[in-house]
Amino acid sequence: MLPELGHFALILALLLSAVQALPLLASAIGRPAWRAVAAPAAVGQFVFVALAFGVLTWAFVVQDFSVAYVAQNSNVDLPWYYRFSAVWGAHEGSLVLWALILAGWTLAVAMLGGHLPERFAAHVLAVMGLVSIGFLSFTLFTSNPFTRLLPAPPDGVDLNPLLQDFGLIVHPPMLYAGYVGFAVAFAFAIAALLEGRLERQWVRWARPWTNVAWAFLTLGIALGSWWAYYELGWGGWWFWDPVENASFMPWLAGTALIHSLAVTEKRGSFKNWTVLLAISAFSLSLLGTFLVRSGVLTSVHAFATDPTRGVFILIFLVAVIGSSLALFAWRAPKVGLGGRFGLVSRESALLTNNVLLVVACATVLLGTLYPLLIDALGAGKISVGPPYFNAVFVPVMIPILFLIGVGPFARWKEASIPEIARALKWALAAGIIVAVALPLIYGQWSALTALGLFFAGWIVASGVLNFAERVRQTRAGRSIVATAFSQPRSFVGMHIAHIGVAVFVVGVTMVSSFQDEKDVKLAPGESVDVAGYHFTFHGVKAVEGPNYVAAQGVFDLSVDGKFVRKMNPEKRNYHSSAMPMTEAAIDAGLLRDVYVSLGEPIDRDKPEGEWAVRVYYKPFVDWIWGGCVLMALGGLLAMLDRRYRVRSRAAAIVPAGSQQA
Amino acid sequence: MNRYVWILVGFAGLVALLAIGLGLNPRDVPSPLVGKPVPAFTLAKLSEPEKTVSPKDMQGKVWLLNVWASWCVSCRQEHPILVEFSKKADVPLIGLNYKEVRGDGGFDMAKMPADEERKLAWQRANKWLAEHGDPYKLTVMDLDGRVGIDFGVYGVPETYVIDKAGVIRMKHTGPITPDVLGKKIMPLLAELNK
Repeated sequence: MLPELGHFALILALLLSAVQALPLLASAIGRPAWRAVAAPAAVGQFVFVALAFGVLTWAFVVQDFSVAYVAQNSNVDLPWYYRFSAVWGAHEGSLVLWALILAGWTLAVAMLGGHLPERFAAHVLAVMGLVSIGFLSFTLFTSNPFTRLLPAPPDGVDLNPLLQDFGLIVHPPMLYAGYVGFAVAFAFAIAALLEGRLERQWVRWARPWTNVAWAFLTLGIALGSWWAYYELGWGGWWFWDPVENASFMPWLAGTALIHSLAVTEKRGSFKNWTVLLAISAFSLSLLGTFLVRSGVLTSVHAFATDPTRGVFILIFLVAVIGSSLALFAWRAPKVGLGGRFGLVSRESALLTNNVLLVVACATVLLGTLYPLLIDALGAGKISVGPPYFNAVFVPVMIPILFLIGVGPFARWKEASIPEIARALKWALAAGIIVAVALPLIYGQWSALTALGLFFAGWIVASGVLNFAERVRQTRAGRSIVATAFSQPRSFVGMHIAHIGVAVFVVGVTMVSSFQDEKDVKLAPGESVDVAGYHFTFHGVKAVEGPNYVAAQGVFDLSVDGKFVRKMNPEKRNYHSSAMPMTEAAIDAGLLRDVYVSLGEPIDRDKPEGEWAVRVYYKPFVDWIWGGCVLMALGGLLAMLDRRYRVRSRAAAIVPAGSQQA
Repeated sequence: MNRYVWILVGFAGLVALLAIGLGLNPRDVPSPLVGKPVPAFTLAKLSEPEKTVSPKDMQGKVWLLNVWASWCVSCRQEHPILVEFSKKADVPLIGLNYKEVRGDGGFDMAKMPADEERKLAWQRANKWLAEHGDPYKLTVMDLDGRVGIDFGVYGVPETYVIDKAGVIRMKHTGPITPDVLGKKIMPLLAELNK
C-alpha cells in the first residue's frame, strides 16, 4: 500500500510542478494575479516529493522486496546504514533524490526570494517548475522506483558492493545539490531574458545561490575523487572518465559564472555573457545526466541503461537547452553588453579568466564526446584518455593560476601595470623561493614541478599581500586584528577559495612528481620498501563481514626500524557479486599517504603463500581534497556576506501588500 | 544574421551527435571471432554429467549458443525472452554455463575440492533452470571458464549465432532484448536457414 502512496505522491508533485509553471502563461495572457500560485505550488511540490522519497526510504528500511527497485538494490544482509544510501544507489532512486533536491532548492527560492520584484520572482519559480516537470515525468514515465515485483522474492540482489561505502552515502547528494543548484542561476537567467534586461539587484540576488551550488558541486566532485582513490585501489584520484568529466564541465562553467556575476554586479558589464554562462552551467549539468544515464558512453559508473530513457532525456535536453538558447539569441541584443572598461583592468583579468575556463570546458567536452563522434562516423572504437586531457588542460590552467594573483590587485575599469607589478613583486619572490626550495628538499628538481609550486607560492603570497593591503586601507585607527576580522565575508571567502586552489596545486604537483609505487610478490615474512617506508607482510587471514567474506592482509609498517602501525588491506568477496572488491589500507598524513592494496594470491590454491601486493607512497595527496574543501568553504563564506542579507532584511520591512506591483 | 544564432547551430550539431550516439552501443566490441569457425570444445552435459558435447555434434544446423550462469543478474533479465523464443523457434539453443561456482564471489575456491565444485555447480545450475524455466536444448558446463576464454567471453550473458558450416555469424554481448531478438537475431536465423 505504501509504495502506491509514494507513486501517487510523485504524480501529485508532477501536477503541482505544472501549476508552479503557470506564471509564465499568466504573464503571457495578461493575468498577473495567477502568478501568486507559484510559491504555494512550490511548497506543495516539496511536500509530495519528500513524501515519495520517505516512502522509498521506508521500503528499504523494512526490506520490502515486493518493490522491484528495493529487490534489485538491497539484501537481507545489507547493514542498516547502507539501506538509507541504497535509495540513491541506482538510477530510479537517484532520480527521486534529484527531484527532492530540486524541490528543496525551489522551496528555498520561494521562501527567500521575497525582496525581488513579484513578476521576476514568480518567473524564476515558474522556470524551476518547468525543470521539475521534466525530471518528475522522466521518473514517472521511464524510471518508476515504485514498480512492484510480484510475487516478492525472499531476498534481494544487493546494493552494488562498490557503492557500499561512506563515500557513496554523501557523494551523490552533494553532487546533485550542485547540479540542481545551478537550476536557480539558470531560472534567474531565463527570467532576466524574459524581461529583456538585467538589473543589478537581480544579479546580487543570484550570486549567493550560485556560490552555494558551486560549493556543493566542488565538494561533490572532491568526494567522488577521494572515494575513487581509496575504494578502487589504483591509487589514482582522477581518471578523466566520461562521468567524472560530466561533473567537471558544469564546475568549470560554474566557476566562470561566479566570476562573471561579480563583474556584472559591481560594474554592470558582461551582462549577456553572464546570462549565457548561467544557461551553460545548468545545460552542462543536464548533458552530464544524459551522458551518464543513456549509455552512449562507457564508464566505470554503469547505470542500468535503457534506450527509452536516453530518448526521453535527449528530448528534455532539446526542450530546455534549445528553447533557452533560442530565447537568448532573440533577447540578448536587448539585454546588452553593459559598461565599458580599459584594456588593463579587473574586468579584463576576469574576462580572460572566463575565456580560459570556457576553453578548458570545451576541451573536456571535446575529449569526452570524441569517442562518440568517431563511432558515429563509423571510423572505429577509440577511447580518449589522460594523456590528451593532461596535454590540453594543463596549459590552459597555467595563465589562470597566474591571473589569480593579479586579479585582486587590478582596479576596476582602469588599472596600471606598474602599480600591479610593484604590489606583486614579493609574491613573485615567494613563488620562486617555493619553486626552488621544495623540490630540492625532495631531492629532484624538474621544470614542471617548479612551475606548479611557483604558482602555489605566488597565489598564497599575493592573497596575503592583498589582504594586508586591504586591512591597511580600511584600518581607520582600529587595531589590525579587529580590522582583519571585520573584512567583508565575500572578500575573505574569495581569498580562502584562491588559497584552496594553491593547496590543490601543491597536492597535484607533489603527487605527480614524487609519488612512488611498487608492485611486488610477497610471501609471509617478506618485506618491501618504498620511499623509506618498510612494509612487512605477515600473511592473509579470513575475515567475515555482514554480507561478504574477505581475505585480510596483515602488514606492519615501520620507518627506520621503528614500528609505526599495522595495516590491513582487504580483498572482499560480496555474496551477491562475482567481482572481488579491493579495500586499500591507507596511513594518511599531512605530508604523505602510504597505501597498501592487496592483489591476488599468486597460486589460487595457496592463499597462505605468495600474494601480489601494491604499495604506494603519495606525498601531499590529501592536499588535493583539502584544497577543494577550502574552495568550497570560500564559496560558502562569500554567500554569507552581509551585503546579501542586509537586502533581505530591508525588504522584509516593506509591507507584503506593497510588493504586488 | 544575429550572431547569437551560431550558438544554436552548434547546439543542433551536438544534439544530432547525441541522437546518433543513442543508436550505437559503446559496449559492442567487435568480436574477432565473427566469420571464424566456432572454437572446438568438449564439455560435460548438465542433464547427463557423464556425457560430453562438442560443436561437431551441431554440424549442419544453424544454432545459438547462450552464455549464462546462475549468479549473473542480467541473465535473469533476458531469460524470459529466451524461454519464449525456445517455445516458438525451431532453432536449437545451447546453453554454455560459465564458471557457475568460480564466477560467484561467495565461495572460497582455495578450500573447495574439484568434485565438490562439480557437485555444487550441477546443483545450482539445475535449480536455477527449474526455477526460471529451461529454454535450452542442452546446457554444457564450463566450470573453469577455459572455453569461455576461447570464445572471448567479455561479460555474461553473451549470445552467438552459428551457421550450418560451424562459423560464428554474430555475437551479442549483454542481455538480449526483444528488439535485438526481433530485429537482428530472427532475420539472421531466417536467412541462414534458407
